[in-house]
Amino acid sequence: MIINHPLLGPRDLSEFVYLGDACLLNRPDWQADDALDQFIDYGHTRDNPAGLHRELWYHEQGDRSWLVVTRNTVTHEITSVELARNVARAEGRSK
Amino acid sequence: MRYSGFRVIKEALTGHRGWGPAWRDPDPQPEYDYVIIGGGGHGLATAYYLAKEYKQSRIAVLEKGWIGGGNVGRNTTIVRSNYMLDGNEPFYEFSLKLWETLEQDLNYNAMMSQRGIINLMHSDAQRDAYIRRGNAMILNGADAQLLDQKQVLEKYPFLNVKNARFPVMGGLLQARAGTARHDAVAWGYARAADQRGVDIIQNCEVTGFRIDGGKILGVETSRGYIGAKKVGSCVAGSSSKVMAYAGMRLPIESHVLQAFVSEGLKPVLPGVITFGAGHFYVSQSDKGGLVFGGNIDGYNSYASRGNLPMVEDVMEEAIAMFPMLGRARLLRSWGGIMDMSMDGTPIIDKTHIDGLYFNGGWCYGGFKATPASGLVYAHLLATDTPHDTATAFRLDRFHTGHMVDEKGMGNQPNLH
Ligand SMILES: Cc1cc2nc3c(=O)[nH]c(=O)nc-3n(C[C@H](O)[C@H](O)[C@H](O)COP(=O)(O)OP(=O)(O)OC[C@H]3O[C@@H](n4cnc5c(N)ncnc54)[C@H](O)[C@@H]3O)c2cc1C
Repeated sequence: MIINHPLLGPRDLSEFVYLGDACLLNRPDWQADDALDQFIDYGHTRDNPAGLHRELWYHEQGDRSWLVVTRNTVTHEITSVELARNVARAEGRSK
Repeated sequence: MRYSGFRVIKEALTGHRGWGPAWRDPDPQPEYDYVIIGGGGHGLATAYYLAKEYKQSRIAVLEKGWIGGGNVGRNTTIVRSNYMLDGNEPFYEFSLKLWETLEQDLNYNAMMSQRGIINLMHSDAQRDAYIRRGNAMILNGADAQLLDQKQVLEKYPFLNVKNARFPVMGGLLQARAGTARHDAVAWGYARAADQRGVDIIQNCEVTGFRIDGGKILGVETSRGYIGAKKVGSCVAGSSSKVMAYAGMRLPIESHVLQAFVSEGLKPVLPGVITFGAGHFYVSQSDKGGLVFGGNIDGYNSYASRGNLPMVEDVMEEAIAMFPMLGRARLLRSWGGIMDMSMDGTPIIDKTHIDGLYFNGGWCYGGFKATPASGLVYAHLLATDTPHDTATAFRLDRFHTGHMVDEKGMGNQPNLH
């Protein structure tokens, strides 16, 4: 598997570390009434789809950036690679 | 038909004309008392014990492909009970005891071979951890023995015990552990279940549930609707897919695990060995091939094949411990889809839907669990109470904080 890094170009899988579903970017609001349930869900339950999956990869043996990779879990085909920073900003996570 | 030595001789003398199919190929009935989804080891064992131990009837196993085509026919066949935690060890030891009498019980040669497993240790800290685990095993009625370097070398003189980075200081031996012929386990359970009236229905994929007022009515399948009083899902790597039909999200990720086999060699490896400083395990099959594997690739996958970095990693571990393997050629490799749970421990429980049950999250350790998983799941399905050895495998443990994290890795499935 080759991940086409938005800044560095195509890099081999062995340079990366996998974290999991990109839903991990969306940490729940700790002040919400149902914060406990939301955090249990955030920490443990996953869609785990067979098909397109948005997921977090860390370029540990490279520039140490976090990436959001959209990959098909049935074919391993990668259709988009974004800097996690940009994704989070676009979702208003960092002000 | 009972299988026996006499039968083999009789058939040999009469041109092998008396053998029949080992199980029927029935069409699905409109309704069953129990529908088990998934004809892997666990599904077939569940059906068998439901019929045999719990005297239930009208049972069907629905398999989307052919039985034994999933992980039960892809694993590296290691059977052991060397766990530590209270939630796990009684269950796995119960399973190992069932393995010891399985072939007589099923009247089927599953080539169960108690050839012993040695977990190699490479540091003082690991020796302490192994002593602790060995003691936990003994407390739970299993067997465990600590070996020093000399004792390991007596059994395996070819091991590179002086490896500069990971010297072998000794190992933890479970002599009753070993290997079993994986597909024979599926076939043996299928035949024995069929003889007790279980319908094994292949090429029948479950595509949905019919649920009314919080109660299960039956399953939609590629061969039509089948009604059921109780439905038990047992689909390993496909768990999230199937339970999503009931609107459930699970504490599970599906990952690919690869396995490898070398060309056939003369007997060199009498038992099972695991490398303690990485993740590598190897045994030799009766055909002579060295069967081995390592870690999961580490990313979500439903493709039954992996990538090259993990192949390289596994080979490096092999050569580091067994330099003599350098000249053996690799014959084949393949992958299977693992249902990796959030704490590395399986789930065997009811769901919030009346009559719908779930069995999954086996990670890469479910083959050894096959007999016990079948029996305790049958117990749950028949009695609606968990079996004594399986009370920790609850679905709500992530909410209540009662995780069973054998490796102490936390909620990160690719680290278990
Ligand atoms: C490479 C590899 C090595 C392993 N090594 C070991 C080992 O050494 N020791 C050990 O203890 N464990 C090992 N395991 C793990 C073990 O094989 C699994 O945990 C165990 O087999 C899972 O249970 P099962 O046999 O019921 O699964 P499976 O055989 O996968 O059965 C599930 C079945 O469900 C069917 N199914 C899926 N979806 C549907 C549907 N919608 N409708 C109908 N049917 C469906 C599938 O076709 C499949 O046949 C290994 C696994 C792999 C892949």
